[in-house]
Amino acid sequence: MEKILQVKDLRIQFNNGKENIQPIRGVYFHVNKGETLGIVGESGCGKSVTSLSVMGLLPQKTSEIVSGEILFNDRDLSRLTEREFRKLRGNEISMIFQEPMTSLNPVFTIGKQLSEPLRQHKKMSKSKIRETIIAVLKQVGLPRAEQIIDEYPHQLSGGMRQRVMISLALLCQPKLMIADEPTTALDVTIQAQILELLKNIKRKNDMSLILITHDLSVVAEMCDRVVVMYAGEVVEEAEVNELFDQPLHPYTQGLIQSLPSNNKRKSKLFSIQGQVPKPSEIKEGCVFANRCPFVFGKCLTETPPSFQKGKHISKCWLQDPEEMEVKRIGESSTVIS
Amino acid sequence: MTVDFPKVPHTTKIRNVRKNRQSAITTFFLNLMRSWTGIIGFIIILILLLISIFGQWIVPFDPLLADFSKKLLPPMTGGHLLGTDQLGRDIFSRIIMGAKISVIIGLSTVLIAGTFGTIVGIISGYFRGWVDVVLMRIVDVQLSFPFILLVLVINAIIGSGLRNIIISLAIGGWVIFARVIRSEVLALREQEFITACVATGVSKFGILFKHILPNLFTPIIILSSLQIGTYIIAEASVSFLGFGVQPPEPAWGNMLNEGKDYIFSSWWLITFPGIAIMITALGVNLFGDWLRDTLDTELKGE
Amino acid sequence: MLDFIIKRLIQVVVVVLLALTVVFFLIRLSGDPTALFLPPDASREQIEEYREMLGFDRPIYIQYGEFMVNAVQGDFGQSLRSKEDALPLVLSRLPATFQLAISALILSLLIAIPLGVLSAYKRNSVFDRISVALTVLGQAVPSFWLGLILIYFFAAQLNILPSGGAGSIVHLILPMITLAAYSVARFTRFTRSTMLDVLRKDYIRTAKASGVPTIRLVGRYALKNSLIPIITLVALDLGTLLGGAVITEVVFAWPGVGRLLMQSLMNRDFPIVLAGVFIVALIYAVINFIADILYAYVNPQIRVK
Repeated sequence: MEKILQVKDLRIQFNNGKENIQPIRGVYFHVNKGETLGIVGESGCGKSVTSLSVMGLLPQKTSEIVSGEILFNDRDLSRLTEREFRKLRGNEISMIFQEPMTSLNPVFTIGKQLSEPLRQHKKMSKSKIRETIIAVLKQVGLPRAEQIIDEYPHQLSGGMRQRVMISLALLCQPKLMIADEPTTALDVTIQAQILELLKNIKRKNDMSLILITHDLSVVAEMCDRVVVMYAGEVVEEAEVNELFDQPLHPYTQGLIQSLPSNNKRKSKLFSIQGQVPKPSEIKEGCVFANRCPFVFGKCLTETPPSFQKGKHISKCWLQDPEEMEVKRIGESSTVIS
Repeated sequence: MTVDFPKVPHTTKIRNVRKNRQSAITTFFLNLMRSWTGIIGFIIILILLLISIFGQWIVPFDPLLADFSKKLLPPMTGGHLLGTDQLGRDIFSRIIMGAKISVIIGLSTVLIAGTFGTIVGIISGYFRGWVDVVLMRIVDVQLSFPFILLVLVINAIIGSGLRNIIISLAIGGWVIFARVIRSEVLALREQEFITACVATGVSKFGILFKHILPNLFTPIIILSSLQIGTYIIAEASVSFLGFGVQPPEPAWGNMLNEGKDYIFSSWWLITFPGIAIMITALGVNLFGDWLRDTLDTELKGE
Repeated sequence: MLDFIIKRLIQVVVVVLLALTVVFFLIRLSGDPTALFLPPDASREQIEEYREMLGFDRPIYIQYGEFMVNAVQGDFGQSLRSKEDALPLVLSRLPATFQLAISALILSLLIAIPLGVLSAYKRNSVFDRISVALTVLGQAVPSFWLGLILIYFFAAQLNILPSGGAGSIVHLILPMITLAAYSVARFTRFTRSTMLDVLRKDYIRTAKASGVPTIRLVGRYALKNSLIPIITLVALDLGTLLGGAVITEVVFAWPGVGRLLMQSLMNRDFPIVLAGVFIVALIYAVINFIADILYAYVNPQIRVK
């Protein structure tokens, strides 16, 4: 299958003036043409930083890509100049953000803001631009598109604004769309509509979608493949059914267990003990070791590599063929805090 | 049966005012060391205070003593560091003594305007209702008149002199305090811990004195430090225009007023008092800015 | 919108009337002005006669009522010195004040907004640091002293500009710079911080993600967002500018309302003071009124409902 995006061993460093921290360490994943890849993790696990780095939107002065490559159609994005990146943004790669309420500029009309990608990337006349915008607004299911184009963001509801954001990302028919928690800020009923819309649009326009979320049910609904991130690392990658049926990494197992399920209505909700280490607290060994119920000696001293089993990849010593016999659940459940 | 109420939860935004004194002072200096603008401001203020307290013992000449044989001497002549004025008085000594006047005026005004404005702000913000409406109308009306002009007109009408300029400045200045403190009180009232107090049956005045007043400390300090500079410059302007502090008192504005007639012949008369005003205002502003930035982040950061 | 305009207009009237009332009573309570018109050795009868003639002998509320009734009709009486009608005298000085204040305002905006935008755009650069230092310094310089220093250099030393008076555009230069200096510092600083604020907003990131170049992002997008707070500040500061104009007019002997007001205060020529206060309060209230409308115009959240 053709890979449209490949992120290889990506390492990003932030400098806040006092110290350097690395919120992304050795991240590895790819997106196939036409598929939806889910990136899952708690807040602060680095999923948004990863997506911003693909868009080249990390703050230039305080952040730095230390190592690794971001290959988009075999072009390394991590080495692009700002000018080259600009030709890509909103054109071949576009992005939908979490907060529809604040992501649109309050002092410009919808039409003005939507005309921007077309202005920058396509040579179109004003009337053609307007036509295109109205067509796209209709495509995302907005009623009375001809009026909305001349209205201001505050006149629209949250769900409508997110539709506007989607149409903004859609205008130049990008090959890859990144949706960063596109439904988190919306009402539950609207959430389903927006997800459905994203699904349809992806199919119709034959593009790839990266869906960033903390919500496993959204993943199950939308994605073909899933990457699980924890504390700046990819800890597991698998096809969606495989991941839910047979999660290999203890963190993923914990995430799936903590989903409230219908058939165990009265049971106590499961939660993973402990807290995500801050990037400044990362030591050698496995990043999940301090919260892992199966932790053993090696986890604390050596960082696990990625073990591959078919298309299922996980970064846990328990998947090491040599360790298989050591694996005895229960015995080594000392939780290091 | 007794019901155990939970302890009043302080929201994270609220600063715990009763900190260990020692640590508060240490924190102050640690924060100060991080900002060179803050240090400069602090040093200027410190020097200003020292000069205004000990000035009368360090002046080389009597600032009021006229000596026509020595009039309009340029700087560095006859032992006069900054020269002499049209009456032969030592400009350096006059500037030193002028510092005291500026400090007295700045501090007294902020004390009076601040106290009055804070009281009005608390009454307005805490008790709301028609009192609030009436008081805030008054504030609105006054704010719709230029501050410096108001001070001038009041001062011209009630008469000049140190006491009257302080009164005029205070009449012109209290509204800012009333406005800011009122909005602070309104914001505090909405805080969850106040709601919790009300729910647990703490009296209105109990809440006011134990919970609201301590939390007004920071905004009052910030506002005061930012206002003092305004007052000092305003006083100098009014005195320069011939009201305010009257000759022969060595107020800086006064000195500029008298010196302006000699601008074509003796530049030092108008130069040094102006520099004194500028450095003072600079120091107070820098310190005030630093204080605001520090305390603001402290409020947000914890 | 119409409701809003009417409400604000009523506020303008209230403000002006209250300002007049307060000043009227302050003046009357501060003493009897009759004595000032007569030589110190005037006899008691003379003083009484004069008081009666000027109407100062009647109860204060009648004086106040009469004053207000006349005032709303534009009659503030005559100058106690020159016997000219007070309001026309003040009005005749108005164009000069406007000329000074408006040119200073335009000058300060022309300098401050580009400077602030550039400073924010090149944040932490040498240019930014110098501009920040200058604005901090600019806010600490008293305007009347700056005026004196300018006179010293350009009139006394270089002798290329007049030290005072009015008549030609050359006369305007120094007062204009003097009056604009403080506003330049304040507006630059504010523009910079507002721009920095706006540039951190989500919608700027959205525009960036659409491929908008940085120059356009700053100059077109962020600037328009910043204009709302900037207009608010400028409107709030017009009072300071107007107050500053009074002082500047005195320093440069500029024949405007401020200088007239100052002279009348000195001479306790109260009809003119009251007419001057009336005009200043009126102008200030009207400026605020216009600023509110302008604010509503820039902000679609108010304009489009």
